[in-house]
Amino acid sequence: MLALYLRDVKLGFRAGSGALTGVLFFLAVVTVIPFGVGPDLNLLARIGPAILWIGALLASLLGLDRLFQADREDGSLDLLLGAQDRHMLALTVLVKCLAHWTTAVLPLVIVTPLLGLFMNVPPIGLAAAMLTLLIGTPAITFIGAVGAALTVALPRGGLLVSVIILPLTIPVLIFGVAASRGAVAEPDPFLPPFLILSALTLFFAVIGPAAAALSLRGAAD
Amino acid sequence: MRLAVENVDGERGGELVFSGVSFALDAGRALLVTGPNGAGKSTLLRIVAGLLPAAAGAVTFAGGAEAFPDAKAACHYLGHPNGMKAALTVEENLAFWRDFLGEQRLSPLEALEMVGLGEIGHLPFGYLSTGQRRRTAIARLLISYRPVWLLDEPTAGLDHASEARFSELMRAHLSDGGIIVAATHLPLGLEGAEELRMGAI
Amino acid sequence: MNEKAVRRWTDIANPTRFLELAGSLLPWIWGAALLTLGAGLFMAFAAPEDYQQGTTVRIMYIHVPFAWLAMLCYTMMAASALGTLVWRHPLADVSLKSAAPIGAVFTALALATGSIWGKPMWGTWWVWDARLTSVFVLFLMYLGIIALTRALDEPSRSARAAAILTLVGFINIPIIKFSVDWWNTLHQPASVFRLDGPTIDPSMLWPLLICAIGFTLLFLALHLMAMRTEIWRRRVIAMRRLSARAAEMKPVEAAR
Repeated sequence: MLALYLRDVKLGFRAGSGALTGVLFFLAVVTVIPFGVGPDLNLLARIGPAILWIGALLASLLGLDRLFQADREDGSLDLLLGAQDRHMLALTVLVKCLAHWTTAVLPLVIVTPLLGLFMNVPPIGLAAAMLTLLIGTPAITFIGAVGAALTVALPRGGLLVSVIILPLTIPVLIFGVAASRGAVAEPDPFLPPFLILSALTLFFAVIGPAAAALSLRGAAD
Repeated sequence: MRLAVENVDGERGGELVFSGVSFALDAGRALLVTGPNGAGKSTLLRIVAGLLPAAAGAVTFAGGAEAFPDAKAACHYLGHPNGMKAALTVEENLAFWRDFLGEQRLSPLEALEMVGLGEIGHLPFGYLSTGQRRRTAIARLLISYRPVWLLDEPTAGLDHASEARFSELMRAHLSDGGIIVAATHLPLGLEGAEELRMGAI
Repeated sequence: MNEKAVRRWTDIANPTRFLELAGSLLPWIWGAALLTLGAGLFMAFAAPEDYQQGTTVRIMYIHVPFAWLAMLCYTMMAASALGTLVWRHPLADVSLKSAAPIGAVFTALALATGSIWGKPMWGTWWVWDARLTSVFVLFLMYLGIIALTRALDEPSRSARAAAILTLVGFINIPIIKFSVDWWNTLHQPASVFRLDGPTIDPSMLWPLLICAIGFTLLFLALHLMAMRTEIWRRRVIAMRRLSARAAEMKPVEAAR
């Protein structure tokens, strides 16, 4: 299992397979919004955490279709499926999700404070955004694995994955933004949405890989 | 040990490709599956490997003890693609499969030497020629042990010397008590192998 | 007696028998639906006006059944999904695939009628409260399932994929139902399906229930029609494939 994680992380960083593209897309989204919304710094500071979350969500959805397709193309997926009684397939999927998150999404989280500065978000808001993204984006990857597994056989399944997965990621977005805003705006609470966000991540950590494993098993042809 | 396929039907793309295929192999036996393209050879191998469900019939494997409870666990499947990552070195690729598949028999370096690639283990897999890539995939069969080898056009892209070397490896596996099912157009140099001809109209 | 019941159930699993059964039942269902709907709508217009909302309250008699049906359809699709994955019932996949567009339309109608009702009542066409958001998410899920089944055209593969996606999204249904209780919403709280019983006056409750039953029968009729169409469609595809294969064989015979 550790071997699988390390291999996928190595591949993610070596092959240039989209980690940098994801960060650039995140940057593009976050810088385009102020052009559209106008330079009112107060407004930007208020919607800043939300913009960061939306950008991270869209950028995470970008690379998801490659989660299993690369393995399918070179035949590794068959071998991963064949080893099912040695390594539970849901666990294999979980490890692949974690590796994908480490290489494709973690860079986004790290870059968040810098991008938040573009929108005049106060330091506590930056910290809250970063923390909620750290805890919440794995949920997007886990549930995205289901979409990736369902469309693994499709040549251009990328857009379809986003369409399928987006409704399911809306609760994650809602609570992530609520928690970020709660850290900044006084009356709003921070802890309850944050705990619900953590619960969502744990919940999807089970459901996502299990459903993805179920669908990969039926898709091997 | 015994691999038995009973009355199996195979479907591809929703259509029936073959039906009623049966065979049984004991330890040390080999089966060559021949036939024209589209006859369903690859589909049959994937069904035996457990990657595709059989539309009818059953695949059973007995005598594998705890390590190999059923056919899926007992098979090394060598399909058309090689199952290796271009961005990793040859040794990294094989080391990963050794860790993931378990049941280690040879180290990656020893396996590479048996297929004649001992000097290039440090090169990225993407730089290798077709024949060298195929030989790396064959090396994977040697690193982790599985009693059953399911081979789909194993010698595709190999030159004569490599083919001969691979025949030796197959014979060694059989005399070790293994079972081989190979789908192929070319003669593999296995005497005493049974033949299953598919797709005859 | 039990054996006969089991055999009747498995008979329906046979597509041909299903086609016959559905064909003979459909006129009756349509008739019942039109009668019930007619009665319900008549009662809806005869029912008293709301003391606050006046006559616009009458939208409720179609808005609420649409919303119920949106959720009922998805629940039925989830049951079909279980039928595909667990019992491998041959018609379960047909049921799921043909129900999805119908459910999407009912959800869209629920959102639209709710919006039309909301404008004079709340002063806004839309508000992002928990109930409207979760129903909108339901609409997106329907669209996702439709997109997935259209993208994977081979029935056996798309059956499993659609079933898994439907089941994963089922979590949204209880969220919709309880959203008005869990969050402070602009949408009014539950007044019919409550533990303490309905809070709505019988003079409005009865037309509402009759309309609901009428629309449910309408849904049933549409669903059966859609299932028949899907079965016929798959047969056409299978026949086309067979004729392509037959044409492949023919030149061999001609060469003899």
